[in-house]
Amino acid sequence: MLRALQIVFGILVVAFLILPIIAILPLAFTSSVFLTYPIPAYSLRWFEELVSADVWRLSIVNSLIIGGGATVLSTVLGTLAALGLRASSLPFAGLLRTLFLLPMVVPAVVLGVGMQIFLVRLGLASTYPGVIIAHAVLCVPFVVVSVSAALQGIDPAVEKAAMSLGAPPVTVFRRVTLPLAVPGVVSGAVFAFATSLDEVVITLFVAGPNQRTLARQMFSSIRENISPTVAAAALLLIVGTLCLAALAALLRRREKRAVAVP
Amino acid sequence: MGAFIAFQDVTKNFGAVTVVDRLDLQIAKGEFLSLLGPSGSGKTTILMMLAGFERPTSGAILLADKPITHLPPHRRQMGVVFQNYALFPHMTVAENVAFPLEMQRVPRAEITRRVERALDMVRLSPLKDRKPSQLSGGQQQRVALTRALVFEPDVILMDEPLGALDKQLREHMQLEIRDLHRRLGLTIVFVTHDQSEALTMSDRIAVFNAGKVEQIDTPQAVYDRPRTRFVAEFIGETNLVEGKVVEAGAQQAVVRVGETALNVSGEVSPGRDVSLSLRPERIRLGKEPAAANALNVTVADCIYHGDHMRLVLKSGTIELVARAERLAGDWAVGTEAVASFDPQDCTVLAS
Repeated sequence: MLRALQIVFGILVVAFLILPIIAILPLAFTSSVFLTYPIPAYSLRWFEELVSADVWRLSIVNSLIIGGGATVLSTVLGTLAALGLRASSLPFAGLLRTLFLLPMVVPAVVLGVGMQIFLVRLGLASTYPGVIIAHAVLCVPFVVVSVSAALQGIDPAVEKAAMSLGAPPVTVFRRVTLPLAVPGVVSGAVFAFATSLDEVVITLFVAGPNQRTLARQMFSSIRENISPTVAAAALLLIVGTLCLAALAALLRRREKRAVAVP
Repeated sequence: MGAFIAFQDVTKNFGAVTVVDRLDLQIAKGEFLSLLGPSGSGKTTILMMLAGFERPTSGAILLADKPITHLPPHRRQMGVVFQNYALFPHMTVAENVAFPLEMQRVPRAEITRRVERALDMVRLSPLKDRKPSQLSGGQQQRVALTRALVFEPDVILMDEPLGALDKQLREHMQLEIRDLHRRLGLTIVFVTHDQSEALTMSDRIAVFNAGKVEQIDTPQAVYDRPRTRFVAEFIGETNLVEGKVVEAGAQQAVVRVGETALNVSGEVSPGRDVSLSLRPERIRLGKEPAAANALNVTVADCIYHGDHMRLVLKSGTIELVARAERLAGDWAVGTEAVASFDPQDCTVLAS
């Protein structure tokens, strides 16, 4: 009895989470100009709109530029941070780790306001570097967590063995530590890219009209003119995110197998 | 000739805990020295200081008369074999073995040749393209050993390398390592808590307890003439008998145990209360009264062990365990007998 209730409740929760996403998707293929059911006929006209209309095309390109930039920046910084936090001699390591993870919990609005003021001071407001930096701040925690987990899986004896076999510290890092941490770095980068891709709030604060990202464009489009292009963009985002998540899962499995030495 | 490796007054503290306490230790070139002791006795820390992974709190470590106390690990030319092998999981067997040669900038062609020869020696050539996770424990152990040997280091350090293997494989590897040591004339420092491993393989054994050396000697000397109570109890099985010294001479003494005066070996002063160590297999059991060093005993228990029997003997308040070969006859419980031994088989312990 209880078991049956659990199952029903579980299904309801999943439905609650997923139905809104599923509901919007068929509308991407509607031939109507309204974002409503029923769908009169199926067509790809909104996808054409997505790639031909300047605002949409620009926003997709922007998302890729900013997502790429934020991913590279946050992956480099996050990996370095994770490596630094690993050093046993580091004082206040716990406190520092919490600081690095802070952007995950700080309200995006607060971060957005702060970022805007800060970037204006630097003269970077409404520029690509500005948006990339703002996104990178948000992405760094994902990289730190992911790389730290990978580093934790490395047996310290393996690095000691490399040293005793004649490898100076830089070589140990290059030949042993880094290769073993790569799956963590890559899955951190995937998370970072996905985070940047669907980020709206901070983008609202720091981006100018020229840095309008896909997520930001969807947000304004749904307020100005509710066109099914939004549904097409949503489908694009979902498919992209799913691909990235699948990639991350795949890497995690490989990582587990590589570290699992009996 | 100076020692090849020397620890001079080396102390290592971790916080308030002294793990190694004023250690002086000399190791000769080509020697197989085992560091034997229970866990926490400091033996692994000593090895890690020799490898360069730990710095002594005070004191100096010399290699071929040159101080290496502050030399980083990668410049020490020591092959280390770790307890869990520490193979590089992302490299193949051949790449693992090639690693130290690459570090020495040996030319490519020569690396290939030397890796092949080394893997042939341990019969691992067919597995050279496998990853460590695809190997059995014994195979991983062989790869780790090969990797530590291939760059011809001055010293091989082994930290309980056989601990994770099952008994049969462990005994096989013991003989293989001993054979390598003899064939290549290697200097090996071997950490273990397994006394039989240390007795089988070593030229000398250093027995550690709580950060201090209790005794450094050949396996025979450590077993036959333990200097301290700890050594006598840690290595093999022994009978500890309390007595009072009545007469003392050079390397021998007469000790009164209960009503009986026994001739024993060891350097002590008269009048002291001492402990004696007497190994079970050195006790001779007979029916006839023996001339000297004999105790009248009663067989209190007899335990069957297949190839031998363990007899529990009682003489007044003293209880002895003796080992009787099957050929030595049957000893029923309650039998009166005489237990005797040679003076050199019974040692006075220092503490």
